[in-house]
Amino acid sequence: MKIEILGVGCPKCKQLTVNVEAAVKELNIAAEISKVTDIDKIIEYGVMMTPALAIDGTIVLAGKILSKEEIKKIISK
Amino acid sequence: MIKPIIDWLIYDILKMQQGSLFAEALNFFLYDTIKIFLLLTVIIFIVSFIRTFFSPERTRAILSHKHKFTGNVLAALLGIVTPFCSCSAVPLFLGFIEAGVPLGATFSFLVSSPMINEVALIMLWGLFGWKIALIYIGSGLSIAILSGIIIGKLKVENLVEKFSYKKPACCAEELKQTFNDRIVFSRDYTKDILKTVWLYVIIGIGLGAWIHGYVPADLLAKYAGRGNWLAVPFATLVGIPLYSNAAGVIPLVSALTEKGVAMGTALAFMMAVTGLSLPEFIILRKVMKLKLLIIFICVVGVGIIITGYLFNLILG
Repeated sequence: MKIEILGVGCPKCKQLTVNVEAAVKELNIAAEISKVTDIDKIIEYGVMMTPALAIDGTIVLAGKILSKEEIKKIISK
Repeated sequence: MIKPIIDWLIYDILKMQQGSLFAEALNFFLYDTIKIFLLLTVIIFIVSFIRTFFSPERTRAILSHKHKFTGNVLAALLGIVTPFCSCSAVPLFLGFIEAGVPLGATFSFLVSSPMINEVALIMLWGLFGWKIALIYIGSGLSIAILSGIIIGKLKVENLVEKFSYKKPACCAEELKQTFNDRIVFSRDYTKDILKTVWLYVIIGIGLGAWIHGYVPADLLAKYAGRGNWLAVPFATLVGIPLYSNAAGVIPLVSALTEKGVAMGTALAFMMAVTGLSLPEFIILRKVMKLKLLIIFICVVGVGIIITGYLFNLILG
């Protein structure tokens, strides 16, 4: 599974990254987490609000921080 | 309701001398702090709840079919209720343009959204009263609408940087929110905002209380009073780099108006703090040619300065 966090580096994006990392660790799954900070790439995804989260190239959330538990729910789907 | 409790605490429990400078400053500080935090909690919660109904996607859909004047007015109004953060300014800007929202309307949105934000409004209402808060909203909307119309008239679409853009495939299911989701979102959002602003608010009110108690009245009248024409542009310039501190700046300005700073000058300063933000310009440079960015800053800056002069004349 490929998880991407989209955002140009505001504090919210960092918080989301921390939560995603924690969620992946607790679920104990193999996931590659990467940050997308390049604005061209973010726009290519069609996102209008950051931070956003993409799983395997599909945007699942935009414009807010999810808690670890909420991310776990999304990932396990 | 808060006032008697604080009076009781300061004069009866702590046995401070009524009328002493320190007691007055402390009283002022506690009263304003409690009042502002109550207002912040309640109103941000309500505003963020309303905002769950206005996603940027929906706002964009509404605006993409509008033209000229109506588009600008709607964009400025939607700017108030659509969630906005300066770090999202670029994707939002491009998202609007790509969906066919006219450039002018997009600018109206870009001006009103940060300028008329809930934190600034609550601080204004709590510290200056509802009249000043309304004046602020009215002028903010006018500046947003007029700036958008002017930029739209200039036909500067060629100054937008070209980007590749995939149509949004995002979030179709995310739009379906239950009542519970909205409440949870509003609660978290309120907590977030309080977490980011509380320190600025306390420092701002603290400094304000100190000025209120210790700085002689009219000290600043000579420099920032109505008589000094340079005060308004100067206040506007100083406001630009202070964006993230809007919550702390407003209590400070409130105290300064008691010491002789003219109301129009104070308004111009606060609008510059919220509406003209240096970090946002740096981010927006990625999608606008420098010329467009400068046009944008100048049009909004001039609007703010005119507003400052206007209210110095009217309010005195």
